Amino acid sequence: MNIIDFLQKDVFIKYNLVTAFAVVGIMLWVSYLISKHLTRGRIHGSAIAIFAGLVLAYFGGYWMKGENGIADVPALAGIGLMGGAMLRDLAIVATAFGVRMEEFRKTGFSGILSLFVGVFSSFFVGACVAYAFGYRDATSITTIGAGAATYIVGPVTGGALGASPEVMALSVAAGLVKSILVMICTPFVAKYLGLDNPRSAMIFGGLMGTTSGVAGGLAATDPELVPYGAMTATFYTGLGCLLGPSVIFLLIRLIVE
Amino acid sequence: MVIYGTALLSGCLLVGLALGRILGWAIGIPKNIGGVGIAMLLLILICDRLKQSGKMGLSMERGIAFWSAIYIPIVVAMAASQNVLAAVSSGWIAILAGVLSVSVCFVMVPILSNMGKEEDPKL
Repeated sequence: MNIIDFLQKDVFIKYNLVTAFAVVGIMLWVSYLISKHLTRGRIHGSAIAIFAGLVLAYFGGYWMKGENGIADVPALAGIGLMGGAMLRDLAIVATAFGVRMEEFRKTGFSGILSLFVGVFSSFFVGACVAYAFGYRDATSITTIGAGAATYIVGPVTGGALGASPEVMALSVAAGLVKSILVMICTPFVAKYLGLDNPRSAMIFGGLMGTTSGVAGGLAATDPELVPYGAMTATFYTGLGCLLGPSVIFLLIRLIVE
Repeated sequence: MVIYGTALLSGCLLVGLALGRILGWAIGIPKNIGGVGIAMLLLILICDRLKQSGKMGLSMERGIAFWSAIYIPIVVAMAASQNVLAAVSSGWIAILAGVLSVSVCFVMVPILSNMGKEEDPKL
């Protein structure tokens, strides 16, 4: 066993969460340097870091043939823990610290409306794409539409309706594309969407719904907006799972069959 | 003590997740409905109370503030553990469905925000 092998095994793999903190720290440091010197601050450092994370995830998937991006590399498995649901949710809740209750009350109705508009329009768009590509049965169309909502609503709806594995995979992929696009595009379109106050952030969260996309997109736009967007987004997946296999499936079946 | 803040934060998340899961069970969905959102509301309400009664010390605040500050690195780690390869190589249906739904929702953001503004004076 050579020195690299046992260092990898006894240090980096054994202490993988610590390795993750160090690696992510370096990624952020480099990203902020790039932001400051190469883009003169025009592109936010965290946006560059998130994009770099996605690029790493692509290569991780390519090398390791896994589903968890770069976290499938044994020494970087801690990145999966660090970016997993447990710590992510803990950190999202922590961002609510210092938020004013008043803002939530003011946006109350628009926030709820945005959830319904978001769920229905994503299903509708996804269903149209499925129809355009030749799917004619309500189960497949609804499942692909559900994927356009989020990559959790997709398989839950497909599972409830008994969709084929091929359609389920498409539906998860559609949700992944959506989440990644929201992460990358939000900082660039924020200005045109008026995404600079708690109210619009809450509406944005309700419309987009993908917790990871909203979390990443708002973090790269303005970290102060994160709790507002995350708050509404967290209800979206539940609403989608509720409406998808029931109301929306029945509507779609009524139209296509 | 710093741990009091972290413990409060964790407690709020656990209670929120439990309530969200019960809500899901009640309407027959095997998922957590809004657990994180409920936890955020809990944390806001409890911190408000503690601050008003002067029981929220600086060190306790630090136990929460750290996790709030570490949020962006966690999001970067989350991005790095996504199945990007599957999304990129999934073919046109998935890509179009994703792109179009994001575009439509982006367009809706200013429309719905403006509607909200009109409501305000009446309230």
